[in-house]
Amino acid sequence: MGNVPTTVKHCLSYEQLIQDYPWLKRWLQEEKTITGHEYPEFVKIVEVGPRDGLQNEKEIVPTEVKIQLIDMLSGTGLPVIEATSFVSSKWVPQMADHSDVLRGIQRAPHVQYPVLTPNMQGFKDAVAAGATEVAVFGSASETFSKKNINCSIDESMLRFEEVINTAKEQQIPVRGYVSCALGCPHEGHIEPSKVSEVAKRLYAMGCYEISLGDTIGVGTPGSMLKMLQSVMEEVPAHALAVHCHDTYGQALPNILTALQMGVCVVDSAVAGLGGCPYAQGSSGNVSTEDVLYMLHGMGIETGVNLAKVIEAGDFICNALRRETNSKVAQATGRML
Amino acid sequence: MATVMRLVNRRILSSAMGQKYVAYSSAAKVTAAGVRAGQALPEKVKIVEVGPRDGLQNEKTIVPTETKIHLIDMLSATGLPVIEATSFVSPKWVPQMADQVEVMKGIGRKPGVSYPVLTPNLKGFQAALKAGASEVAIFGAASELFSKKNINCSVEESLQRFEVIMKAAKEAGVPVRGYVSCVLGCPYEGKVAPEKVAHVAKRLYSMGCYEISLGDTIGVGTPGSMIEMLEAVSKEVPVNALAVHCHDTYGQALANILVALQMGISVVDSSVAGLGGCPYAQGASGNVATEDVVYMLHGLGIQTGVDLSKLMDAGAYICRTLNRKTSSKVAQANCKL
Repeated sequence: MGNVPTTVKHCLSYEQLIQDYPWLKRWLQEEKTITGHEYPEFVKIVEVGPRDGLQNEKEIVPTEVKIQLIDMLSGTGLPVIEATSFVSSKWVPQMADHSDVLRGIQRAPHVQYPVLTPNMQGFKDAVAAGATEVAVFGSASETFSKKNINCSIDESMLRFEEVINTAKEQQIPVRGYVSCALGCPHEGHIEPSKVSEVAKRLYAMGCYEISLGDTIGVGTPGSMLKMLQSVMEEVPAHALAVHCHDTYGQALPNILTALQMGVCVVDSAVAGLGGCPYAQGSSGNVSTEDVLYMLHGMGIETGVNLAKVIEAGDFICNALRRETNSKVAQATGRML
Repeated sequence: MATVMRLVNRRILSSAMGQKYVAYSSAAKVTAAGVRAGQALPEKVKIVEVGPRDGLQNEKTIVPTETKIHLIDMLSATGLPVIEATSFVSPKWVPQMADQVEVMKGIGRKPGVSYPVLTPNLKGFQAALKAGASEVAIFGAASELFSKKNINCSVEESLQRFEVIMKAAKEAGVPVRGYVSCVLGCPYEGKVAPEKVAHVAKRLYSMGCYEISLGDTIGVGTPGSMIEMLEAVSKEVPVNALAVHCHDTYGQALANILVALQMGISVVDSSVAGLGGCPYAQGASGNVATEDVVYMLHGLGIQTGVDLSKLMDAGAYICRTLNRKTSSKVAQANCKL
């Protein structure tokens, strides 16, 4: 430390400081540490069942059922529930009742109800129906972008810029999604740098949070790590979320890896609603119940009541006449 | 010194200079987090395939001997280094394993592959040896109630039984693998103390078991409880002699395996097609699927020596025969792309 007087050295000594101010030790170790890995103390769950989940279910769900599902979810403690999508009903018939759903739900205080708005038309309709938060969906894969929304990544960014600028004027926060973050059904491998490029653009345009989606669930902790390392050079960890699909059973270890990297927002769907359109019959979204089980088991707070989520899951699975994809729900439903 | 500097930096957060330090420390934290998240993973992981024994034992349909033999032969061709073949337990208790001798004698033993068999007592051990077994396994429990209900004796009594087997195995030059069940929870006792797990693991290891497989029998564990348990056990048994045997009943298996790897574990038990349900939660899944484990490990750049597509063939075969859907998500996704 150079020519520092002994008394000063003594004052600056860590051991002395801790002795004089015991609370300092806790302050210096803010994050929860489990053997060398730091985990966030709190994780925000973004529930995408009513939108991403139902959108990928074959059965068209009546409006009242959607509303009831969202109302049940509102009572669980979930802080964010993606309610619907203002996309043309020609493309996504399941979301044709978007305005009715948004108007019909009971908005719980302290809960956000973002809706998807792929373009200005959708945005206007969303605002007219009372939306207070919206989301835009970019892709890290050119081919996926062209096949999914009929335009290149650059063209989609221009569209989103319009939405985001208008949203800014109306003080409506915008969440950005990047799909195919760990692989594309058409292109296969996706370079992490491509993901960070798209994430950076959305963040720079004004999205408050970027959700990185493993659209076909092919990612593993290895590819998740590399992708996040790349993205975190452009977007701060606190503005990132992971949206993992469980098609290859990798969702929970991928989420765990993301948490170890400092991400503290996780997207999931009650009952694991929503299959994979690229692997027929396979699962898609990770189940909220299974995510909660893991987080709570690690002592990480979410504010969510797992039992109530399981109830909501039971409700929608009965309505859809299908089995839950959640292992926690399966196990607790059948305890002997 | 570094800690003191960090303390000083936080004090001057509000100043412009402070902002730079915050940004600096955030970037450093990201790199550090990246290093931590990816650190210390083993280069190689040994997969212990328990489908033909633990898997089939928990399936309702009785599988014909030829089918069992064919399954094991298919698995032998995948590169799996260890395949648990059968169990020398009384057929009165486990009818599925009644054909233990025929299976043992009927399989093609691939050089370099181990075919351990369960031997709950001396009688079973002797029968196993006679049938040609060259490795055996013994099954302890970390829960008193589970031990009493499962094998009709206390944990201490079971350990004494095992000492007898260990002695005979040493004389015969046969390696013994030890299992500890209920390491993260018990269907009767609920929570299980990590110290109890460590105690049983230590006893088995000191008796001479070359490896201790720690089983989350009802799949209730999470990365939190897995780490706590492994910390306690690794104080008593070296980490290179430990394996994890995770059940996927609550979907936690792969996450639990990942943290075990991060703690230095490099042996993982799994079951092809996720064979074997959970006897404590009807209809729920049990063993984690080997295909899903291998997919994750290969994605992490970890070598296993296993050919995933041959493994999926074996899984498809046994599921067809059992007339059931695979529990492996990788297998489900692949057959429909």
